[in-house]
Amino acid sequence: MSENNAGDAPNAHRLTILGAGVMGVGIATLAVGHGVPVALIDVDQAKRAEAEARIAHELRLAGLMGALPDDVPTGELVISDSLSDAAGSTAVIEAVTEISELKEKVIAEVSVIVSPGTLLVSNTSSIPIDELASAAARPAELVGTHFMNPSYLIRTVEVIRGARTGEAAMDSVRALLTTLRRRPVVVRDAPGFVTSRVLHPMINDAARVVQEGTATAEDVDALMQGCLGHATGPLRTADLIGIDNLVDSLNVLYERTGDSGCRPCDLLLEKVRAGDIGRKSGRGFYEYEG
Amino acid sequence: MTMPSEGTVEKELLDFLHVRTKTVWEEDTDLFAAGGLSSLFAMELVVHLEKSYGIAIRGADLRLDNFRTVTGMAALVRRLRAAAGDGGE
Ligand SMILES: NC(=O)c1ccc[n+]([C@@H]2O[C@H](COP(=O)([O-])OP(=O)(O)OC[C@H]3O[C@@H](n4cnc5c(N)ncnc54)[C@H](O)[C@@H]3O)[C@@H](O)[C@H]2O)c1
Repeated sequence: MSENNAGDAPNAHRLTILGAGVMGVGIATLAVGHGVPVALIDVDQAKRAEAEARIAHELRLAGLMGALPDDVPTGELVISDSLSDAAGSTAVIEAVTEISELKEKVIAEVSVIVSPGTLLVSNTSSIPIDELASAAARPAELVGTHFMNPSYLIRTVEVIRGARTGEAAMDSVRALLTTLRRRPVVVRDAPGFVTSRVLHPMINDAARVVQEGTATAEDVDALMQGCLGHATGPLRTADLIGIDNLVDSLNVLYERTGDSGCRPCDLLLEKVRAGDIGRKSGRGFYEYEG
Repeated sequence: MTMPSEGTVEKELLDFLHVRTKTVWEEDTDLFAAGGLSSLFAMELVVHLEKSYGIAIRGADLRLDNFRTVTGMAALVRRLRAAAGDGGE
């Protein structure tokens, strides 16, 4: 009855993940936890140094929550600083910082390292996939996936088909997600797609409510959870996303839609300046331990 | 409810939960029932127990059901400490 029967054998995949931040580490956890071998590449020495311990920690969290198959041996993990280690992989997921120029650069570079036909995935929150596709050597190979954090606990994945995304790439991404036991929902390309376009301005508004002194962060979250059924509350979600990344994503949305609701509010900008960027720094709207 | 006495694992855990969640919990309340704590907080509890009591929580012990209540966590701590050969509190 194992759901794995529906997918390829885990070691039929060889996944390269670019960026060992919040998402890169989480997606790597999801993949090795499902038996898929991973090469995780980051330019930042500090991120590389802590990645293995963070993945071990997140594997324990996934295990605690019963989110991993127990009949699958953990996939091999290689941590590297060199894009050339992407050679030979069956899929590349880029999860680098949400800045167009950075993403375009890594997509351009990696797409000439992998062989033609290799699935290229961007985990961008908001940048239209067709914009990024122009950077790829073969635009038809690029698909958007919007894994949520933590990706090993959230089953549903928004998948974005760009105007030039080919059928082969769509098949490959479905096969990969099946092996990872994720449930894709395919949408069309647009700034922020569905989830960021709806969620990020909402979080921005929640922060603005706190900024204006209407309520504390705790009370905003308590109301959104208790009255509206939001799972974690928008400001706890901001901390989970990383407020720096949220601001980058809001800027991407604002630049491309002109919607003033997407212009990051002062309180968010202040928190980024102060380094209080959420769970990953130990403090955002809330304080965290461990 | 009966109050756990000072110095027990139960008392220490209730204090820790109070500080971290700004909520008063009882020993047998399911912390993760609807509207309760998050899975990320569950992991914080695992790390806290390991650090505070010098235990390693692995394999089949590492499942949410063991962390649902203060009573359950205290039992786990006592069992793992006994297994490691240093019994008492
Ligand atoms: N945080 C979330 O909840 C979330 C959810 C969905 C999607 N995303 C998206 O995922 C992507 C990553 O977000 P994050 O939260 O992990 O950010 P992050 O800031 O935690 O990590 C980004 C990482 O990319 C690395 N990096 C930068 N340039 C690089 C390069 N040229 N090569 C290799 N690594 C490089 C950085 O060193 C950093 O470790 C972004 O596009 C973000 O919008 C984030």
